[in-house]
Amino acid sequence: MGLLKTTACAAALVLAIGGCARKEAAQTEPTADTAYQDALMTQLLDARPGDVIEIPEGRFSFDRSLSLAVDGVTIRGQGMDKTVLSFKDQVAGAEGLLVTASDFTIEDLAIEDAKGDALKVNEGENIVIRRVRTEWTAGPKTENGAYGIYPVQTKNVLLESNVAIGASDAGIYVGQSRNVIVRYNRAEKNVAGIEIENTFDADVYENVATDNTGGILVFNMPNLSQPGARTRVFRNQAVSNNRKNFGHPGTPVATIPAGSGVVVNSNDQVEIFDNDIKDNKTANIIIASVFSSGLSKDGMNAEFDGYPEGVYVYGNRMGGGGGNPDGLDLQALKIAKFGPTGALPDVLWDGFVDENKKVDGSVPAALRICVDNDGADVINVDAPNRFKSPDVVTESVRCALEKLPAVALANGLGD
Amino acid sequence: MRLFVASLALLIAACSRDAAPRAPVFHEEGYPASLGEWNLMSAANGVLTLTPGANPYDLATPLFSDYALKLRTVTMPEGAAAAYRDDDVFDFPVGTIISKTFYYPLAGGEWTGDVAVGPEPVVVNGAMPLKGVRLIETRLLVHRAEGWVAIPYIWNDEQTEALLHRTGATKPMTLHRRDGRTEPFSYVVPNQNQCAGCHATNNTTRKLSPIGLKARHLNKASTFAAGVNQLDHWAETGLLTGAPASAATPRNADWSDAAAKLDARARAYLDANCSHCHSDVGPADTSGLDLRPAIAFGPKYGVCKTPVAAGGGSGGRPFDIVPGDPGRSIFVYRLQTTKPGDMMPELGRATSHEEGVSLIAEWIDAMDGGCG
Repeated sequence: MGLLKTTACAAALVLAIGGCARKEAAQTEPTADTAYQDALMTQLLDARPGDVIEIPEGRFSFDRSLSLAVDGVTIRGQGMDKTVLSFKDQVAGAEGLLVTASDFTIEDLAIEDAKGDALKVNEGENIVIRRVRTEWTAGPKTENGAYGIYPVQTKNVLLESNVAIGASDAGIYVGQSRNVIVRYNRAEKNVAGIEIENTFDADVYENVATDNTGGILVFNMPNLSQPGARTRVFRNQAVSNNRKNFGHPGTPVATIPAGSGVVVNSNDQVEIFDNDIKDNKTANIIIASVFSSGLSKDGMNAEFDGYPEGVYVYGNRMGGGGGNPDGLDLQALKIAKFGPTGALPDVLWDGFVDENKKVDGSVPAALRICVDNDGADVINVDAPNRFKSPDVVTESVRCALEKLPAVALANGLGD
Repeated sequence: MRLFVASLALLIAACSRDAAPRAPVFHEEGYPASLGEWNLMSAANGVLTLTPGANPYDLATPLFSDYALKLRTVTMPEGAAAAYRDDDVFDFPVGTIISKTFYYPLAGGEWTGDVAVGPEPVVVNGAMPLKGVRLIETRLLVHRAEGWVAIPYIWNDEQTEALLHRTGATKPMTLHRRDGRTEPFSYVVPNQNQCAGCHATNNTTRKLSPIGLKARHLNKASTFAAGVNQLDHWAETGLLTGAPASAATPRNADWSDAAAKLDARARAYLDANCSHCHSDVGPADTSGLDLRPAIAFGPKYGVCKTPVAAGGGSGGRPFDIVPGDPGRSIFVYRLQTTKPGDMMPELGRATSHEEGVSLIAEWIDAMDGGCG
């Protein structure tokens, strides 16, 4: 109990400090300077490996996206509330800053109001994104850009101490990547706070995800260059992610129920432990398959495996969730099963199982969903049968899986 | 001689100030400050004149660029030729210069930023009248020893010279559509990195490459030499080696040719406008959508495919293509919208190509099915 209290206070403190800092920044906000655009673009064009591009304190406005295509470059501002790149007046380009290069570091600046994604790194190795704030300043809105921090098809990636606010898809999104650490970040007021998608070997720890629609997501989607597996989610705070879903209809994230703490969808070998996952009104943890996500079966590559397998949940501190699930099906289910003042259990599983993988009628041990978490119940909502026979299955899914090794980044990243 | 190397040209210039080179000049390095230094074309006395050796060409179905008209030329070193390839860009020798000049018909008598939707260029014997048109920019793709390099030039107000502008520019214009509707838009000259946004067709090697100079785009009746197929003409004039007769080479439809099959027109349009990124190795391979013409009609080509990272680009619609239902197909929305974060292509347009959008909508409408 003591531990619970301390943690809750710490979370409140972190948020309070964040709030104070941001207020101060707003008061001293300098006027936008467009003259800087050509200078920075030229620096980016002329960059050589090993260069550090320093961006001074100030608020700089851009009408086109910026891009970097040279390996080995560092972009450095003077602090995420001091150096602000504003894309409010952007007329062209699908992101604020697009990087197509390896050995890239960006730190200590903010990217605001990009028309598309704020910071996209498309293919590269040894990527560090640190103390960067991506934000849509008019608050969470559907017309905001999709992703805040968006490395895709990258290897050996460190995302730390960033702040992502207001993305209409995910604040921090790692896609189709390998060997990734996401730590010490804060994601709030996004549809998805932090999302790991089609990625192998990711450690997601000591992040705060709050006031999103869904806090931390570990997904696999069809039709992509690789599936994903082996993500560890630990020592995070996924608290009060109850924001109404403002994602674009048609995008996968638009199907996330408001009030989702940690969501696993179709991904394999996911370990969720030692987190504080609280007050998420649909469920603190959701384990689901692509088959309950509204995708078309005609639109999936044949080899895609949409079943979440080898998911292991233990040692999390959970509570206060499930009291007001998003969506008629879950709402009806909750009332029928737990009464109008009751709540869904902490862990909600959609119940899809790959019958083809069963051996002698049961799922092989390594592919099981295992929840062995003190005080937490698990409900199988029976989505395959349209929620006909939901059942609390806490005891039947109490098992253990082999733990995953820690992700070790190469080349000294994160040391 | 069709082509001098820069050093030789400088030498000649030093010997005689009046003896301007009469052939294009290939610069092996650097970014010459003006287009004139390449000597591909000159604009004077109301006429744009191509230097002999700067060979004009066009494409069956081109990329849409805000209704800008495009005059394309290719220049190769004396005696050298491109090697034919069936599906890829032809293999051009080092020393090749490709130019693309973007210009508009004026919507009024003089330049006010008002531009019209106009007919394609008339180049006769290497000369194009400039009356009633405005030159905006000329982009070069230059094949150097280290690879292709993109260099953007912007034409001056006097319309006499184009100057290097590596960071690009934004130019406010007003489009006058054929039916009289007008709309303001920001014409964007790309910066050098944005050139790579399309021309780095392999996002792993990130080497730049021409896009349009493939058999299937060039295989059409020549606009510049009467009565002959463009590819055959290239072969006959020594620009291309190893090519089979044009009848045996891949051929894209003209997207605007009402007599051609709807499917061929739509696929040609998606090829020209999308497949440089949406391929198996392009920057948009992150999306799982591949719009190269050989891709079978299925999820990979967008059929019933859920978007991955589209954000607002979904337009609130469920799948890329919903057969029979253009109104619920994301393709139509992304081609139609002009929101920078939502639209496709991501770069190179600020207006909607209504005629192209109609073609894609008509194509989807004609499909049977739906999504299960």
